[in-house]
Formats: sequence, C-alpha cells, structure tokens
Amino acid sequence: MKKGLRKFLDRIKPSFQKGKKLHFLHSTFDAFESFMFVPDKVTDKGSHIRDAIDLKRTMTVVIIALVPALLFGIFNVGVQHFLLKKEYIGMNWQEVISAAGIWPLFWYGFLKVLPIIIVSYVVGLGIEFMFAQIKGHEVNEGFLVTGMLIPLIVPPTTPLWMLAVAVAFAVVFGKEVFGGTGMNIMNPALLARAFLFFAYPSHMSGDAPWSVAADAVSGPTPLAQAAAYNVGQMPSMSDLFFGFIPGSIGETSVLMILLGALILIFTGIGSLRIMLSVVAGGVLMSLIMNAWGANPYMEMSPLWHLMVGGFAFGTVFMATDPVTAAQTQWGKIIYGLLIGMFTILLRVLNPAYPEGMMLAILMMNVFAPLIDHYVVESNIRRRLRRVKQEIK
Amino acid sequence: MRKVYKIRKGLDIKLKGEVNTEDIRTHLPELYAVEPDRFRLIKPRLLVQEGDAVECGTPVIQNKLDERMYLTSPVSGTVKRVVRGDKRKLLAIEIEPDKKEKKISFGAANPASVERTVIIEKLLKSGLWPLLRQRPYAIVANPDDTPRDIFISAFDSAPLAVSDHAFIQKNSDAFQTGLDALKKLTSGSIHIGLHEEKTDELVYAQFKNTDLNLFSGPHPSGNVGVQIHHVAPINKGETVWYLYPQDVVAIGKLFLTGYREMTRFVSVAGSEVKNTYMVEMPAESSLEWLLAGNIKEGDVRVISGNVLSGTNVGKQGFLGFYETMITVIPEGNYFDFFGWATPGFNKHSASRTFTAFLTPKRKFRLDTNFHGGERAFVLSDQYNKVFPFDILPVYLLKAILAGDIEKMEKLGIYEVAEEDFALCEYVCTSKIESQQIVRDGIDLMIKEMS
Repeated sequence: MKKGLRKFLDRIKPSFQKGKKLHFLHSTFDAFESFMFVPDKVTDKGSHIRDAIDLKRTMTVVIIALVPALLFGIFNVGVQHFLLKKEYIGMNWQEVISAAGIWPLFWYGFLKVLPIIIVSYVVGLGIEFMFAQIKGHEVNEGFLVTGMLIPLIVPPTTPLWMLAVAVAFAVVFGKEVFGGTGMNIMNPALLARAFLFFAYPSHMSGDAPWSVAADAVSGPTPLAQAAAYNVGQMPSMSDLFFGFIPGSIGETSVLMILLGALILIFTGIGSLRIMLSVVAGGVLMSLIMNAWGANPYMEMSPLWHLMVGGFAFGTVFMATDPVTAAQTQWGKIIYGLLIGMFTILLRVLNPAYPEGMMLAILMMNVFAPLIDHYVVESNIRRRLRRVKQEIK
Repeated sequence: MRKVYKIRKGLDIKLKGEVNTEDIRTHLPELYAVEPDRFRLIKPRLLVQEGDAVECGTPVIQNKLDERMYLTSPVSGTVKRVVRGDKRKLLAIEIEPDKKEKKISFGAANPASVERTVIIEKLLKSGLWPLLRQRPYAIVANPDDTPRDIFISAFDSAPLAVSDHAFIQKNSDAFQTGLDALKKLTSGSIHIGLHEEKTDELVYAQFKNTDLNLFSGPHPSGNVGVQIHHVAPINKGETVWYLYPQDVVAIGKLFLTGYREMTRFVSVAGSEVKNTYMVEMPAESSLEWLLAGNIKEGDVRVISGNVLSGTNVGKQGFLGFYETMITVIPEGNYFDFFGWATPGFNKHSASRTFTAFLTPKRKFRLDTNFHGGERAFVLSDQYNKVFPFDILPVYLLKAILAGDIEKMEKLGIYEVAEEDFALCEYVCTSKIESQQIVRDGIDLMIKEMS
C-alpha cells in the first residue's frame, strides 16, 4: 500500500507544478504529501544530520496530551445532561453513572461534542488551506492543535454557527493576518473563545444556562455561583478534581489535565517553567485576597481557585503556547506569575468576567514581547558592563 | 586543583562508526588540491598555470585582500588542473605529486630568539599563516593585529571525534617550538582548553608558555568559541586568535626544519566506513584512494570534518586545510511513510518525542534526511539547552535576519561563529538553517565594519 501510494503521488505530482492546470492546488497537494510522507529532502548546508523531530511530531504530542481531557469531557457532557433529566433529579453523579450506565453517557456526550470538533477543524483548516494557497507557502501545522483546543474550551451548548464564526475570526484575525503559525501575537484558540464571550455573552459561561437538552433545567457553573457569593452550594473538592461539574468541555477535570501536563513536561514540549509560575502567581494572589477577605469570594482558598474553571486547562495548554508566551527564561517566569495573579484578580474583583483565565492569558500574550524586550536588554547590559570593567 | 569550567548545556550525539584508535596507518595520496574556498577572507589571485612544476612551498595563490598572504603548494609535483565553477570562480588547484620531494626552505630558526616580524613573515611566506584564525568572525587572522590572547582547543567534542594527543606526544618538540613562536605573536597568554575526562592533562602539562583550562561537559565544550566565552569573553574591539594542536605542530616544524610540512592525524569514522582507523596523512590531499574499497554499499556522503559543521566533499573530495576528520554517513534521500507519526525506534532526537531518550548509551546510524520542512520559529526553549553562551540565540538570529547591525553587535555576534550554532540547527523543530544565517550575519558585519 505504501509503495502504491508513493507511485500514485509521484504520478500526479507533475500536474501540480507551476504552469500545469492543477497548480492552484499545489499547497493542498504538498500538505497531503508531506502529511503521508516525510519528504526526501536532504541537508545541503550546515549540519549534515538533523534531529528527527518536526512541527508535525510536536503538534501530535500536544494532541495526545489533550486526549485524556477530551475523553473525559465527552463523558462529562453525558453525565451533566443526565443529571438534569427529570428521571434522575436529585441524584449525584455516582448514582447517575450506575443508573444510566457508562456507555449511554459517553455516547450522548460523543454525539454532542463530535459536531463541535468537526466544525472547528473544517472551518479552521479550510481557511488555513486557502491562505496557504494564496500566499504560496506550505500549510502550517499550528491549527492541528488550535482546532482541538477550541472545542475543549467552549461550553457544549454553543450553537455550531457561532462556533464557526468564532473559529473563522480567530484564524483570520488571530493568526493569518500576522503571517501564520509562529508569527501570531495572541493565542488563536483563546481568541475564538473571547470572541464568543464578547459577541454572544448570553450563551457563554458565567451565569449562562448550562443545558444540553432543551427541556433540561439550567445549572450554573461554580464560578458563577462564587461570583454570586453562593459559596455554600459549591461542588466538593473531589468533584472539582475529577471534574464531574458543569463547565466547558475539556476544562472541568483537573486530573485529566494533569495527565496531559505530565505528557507535555516529560516530552519537553510544554514549559514547566510557565506552568509553575502561573500556579505560583495564582496562589500568591488568592492568599492576598484571603488576607483582605472583604467578601465570601475573597475567602476562597488558593486550592479552590486552582481547581475551578479554566485555571488548570489554561495553565497547562494555553499559557504554555510557545509562540504567544514569553520566549526568554526569565520572561517566562514573569509572564506566568502575572497570568496567575491577574486571573484571580479578575475573578474576584470583577464579577462581570467570572472566567479571568482567558482574559489574563490574552492580556499577557500582548505584553509578552515587552517582557522579553526587558530581558533581552538586561542581557545586552550585562555584555556592556563587561567592557566597562575591562576599561577600569 | 585547576579550576574546571563546567559546560552544562549541550548534547553528545552518539553515532555508529566510532574510530578504532588502535589501528594507526599512514597514507601518501596520489593527488593534492589547494582549495581557496575553504579560507574565510581570502580572495584568490592565481599564480600558477596547468602544467607548471611546483615544489613543496611554492606559492600558488596570493590573497588579493592582503598581498603578503599566500597559499602554497603542499607537495612537489605538477599542476594537473585548475578547477573553476560558476562565473569562473576558482575552486581548486589540483597538484599531482612527482615523488621528487623538492622543497623550498623558508629557513629554520629558533622562534625564541628571532623578532616577531620574522616569525610573521615566515608564516606568511610558507602559506601556514591561514592556520591562525581570529574571533570575532572566524576568519583568517590579520598579520597587522596583536591578539589579546591565543586559544587552542586541545579536544574535539563533536560526534565521533577522538583525541589526537598521541600525535602531539610524538611531535612534542615541534609543538613546543610552535608555542614559542605563538608566544611572540600575542601580548596575552596562550590558553589551551582540555577536557576533564577526554584529554590527557599530562601530555599538555609538559609544555611551557601555556595556560591550561579544564572543561567538562558535552559538546560543544570543545568548540573554541565556547572556551573563549567562558575563560575570557571577547568584547567589542578585541581580537583573539585561535588554532588547534595539530596546527601548532605544523608551525613548529616550519621553525625546526624550515619546510612547509602539514601532517594531519586524521580519524576516518562514520557508520558507512567498513574499517575505521586513524591515519597520518598530509593536509589538502585526496580522499579517493584513501577511501576506495572501504565504504559500504549505497548512497553515502563523505564529509571532511564532523557531521555537524564539516563540508560535504564527495568521494573524490579532499581533506580540507583545517580538518582532521573524515566522516562517512548515509544519504537520507528517501520518503518516510508517516515518519512524523511512527514510534521511530531508529531515530535520534534531543527531545523526548521519540524513544531515543530511553537508551542514552545507544549509538545511532543517522542519515542526512532533513526530517521535515522549514517553518517559522515556534518553540522557544530548544536552543537554550544546547547553547552554552550567555547569549540569546534566537534573538541574535532574528537580528541577523533583519540585518540590524547594531542589534547584532549588542546581542553578541562577536563571540560566535557558525559552528557554535550547529547543535541549535540540529535540534531545531522548525528546521531553521542557523549556521548559514550566522555566516551571513558575520559576512554582513565584515562588510559594514570595514
């Protein structure tokens, strides 16, 4: 099959060359060819041998790291839906799972989530291919991850047309106008969510209804309850940790996100430095809030803040995006700390934006080049100081 | 206890085809070539024609940029061919030896008792001057400069490289004479870089006029740029010269005997060599007869130098003026079916996205496949792990790409050469050709600053 495929590709390849009738599809052809076969290109200058890693491999690892959160998210969509059904009213999630069975729950969630994933990829990749074609460069791999991140950070109730508009906005204005993967300033996935949040606020998290089926009763997310000072109705810590709570598809289970974090840290693709500093920043700010303690929300423990909402997901998968994060070692620490601190600050002090993570990361995305600039300047000053010492 | 400079960042790529250091041979080649392209900042003026008889030491090329500087014939014989490339660019002057061993004498002298100018003149005339190179820029040294220090890296940390201290031990008189000559050239000291485990300190402890510096850690700890950066970094306006132990021996021999004699102690290595060995052979000599019958079947690449920063010379190529190593590895011109998705047990990667990290001691047979396509910078932490300088590599590369001279200067262009970026280039996910970028940046600096 491998050989046949190669022969077929070699046969149709000429018709995509310049001047031939299918030339307008050459980027598309290149993308599919290099997807199936790593090209036979050899080194001609510089190092004669090269590391086997490439951007496709890197992106694949990130996708693998997302799989636990995705699978659990699908299951949780089912659980949350059944919890709101009339027959199961009053039950907790353990009872619902044993009453309804694992497969029906998963299947229900799967049918809800699959269209979201398909819409995200079709719209996003479609635009990527179009841009690659017009600009005449190779199709970038960046959207492979973005296309998976977007479904995980939206509520399962998002109408598909809204999602399509948001994805299109994120890819065009978040990435392609800057020149594609590697050139963008803000994380495109978060931009998609921010777009949804500001364009269609009634459908997004906060005090919005979290209902999958039309007949179901609405269930607010923990963040919304906290913002309304309903501290007493909070889910238990273990529910937060395992993730059997309402929320965006992939964000609820801290356990599954931690699994993904382990994969990213172990392969060296996600920056441990950023993750740790985001957590440190979050803990620091919630302790400050605790010390202040003017209302019940301010008294929520640091651990609660780390577990709830998009904090864990944002820390592991969003803040660590290598393109939009700070690039220098010290820059990463400052960037991470500020994300953590702003997240808690936004959550607690501004009830209009219960999910501070998204905004904090987007804001720090914008400031990351500035942070890096100062780190680079300090490197330059160190070099200049050396000269001055010699002159003395 | 000497201070040890610990190099923590870096990467040792373990390759198959290690040199059998027990097997030491000698080789007298059938053909030599002077290749002006190998020298940085030498603009060649051809002094001989096809068919001319030359002696060992006869000038064949004069440097148009500095007319005191010559490249000389490595052997007595006749000029067989003058090879030119595009736009009649002079590529090589091939010289066939006549076995008559005619040599031009440049006059033996004790470097300790002659003037500095005499030493410089002798080196320039004999064609050995280009052995001295300078940082910044990694170009042939300027005879009018007095370098702050001279650095000698006495170990090669590159993949498959081995120690040549047996050769230094054997030629210790010449080495000491060479050091005496170098001592006259600099106002500072002669730093010799040794590896804590790889180099036999005792071999070098016997020599006078030196400062020994010990290094530990993986490649690129043997790169002279790394050693300079850690011992005494280069600031704007300073010049440091550097060379390698075998170069010192050649200079020493010039003063001991008066003849130009550049013998190299070369390791013949790589996974595609049937029998690896060490060989004493003259520099600038043909590899064709040396490698005949000793290379495995298939498409191979013959590299003069190491796999990270050497030159692809082909089977009919020549050992470069500066190089002491020949590496033969397989070409990688094949399509890899879903190569980015498969487990890739035979692939090497500095990241942990392949299984290579599970077996840190395993040796790999790596080929020249590019393993992907060129992309924009995406990952930010990769270069740091293999770049032991207090320099921000990605920012420097970006400054070079933007052609921003002032930024390049501020970010440390004076301290690096392309070989220092070889590992960055190896590990790069986005497959960015950093060595070429750095060379372009250096060329731009030279053009703008002169």
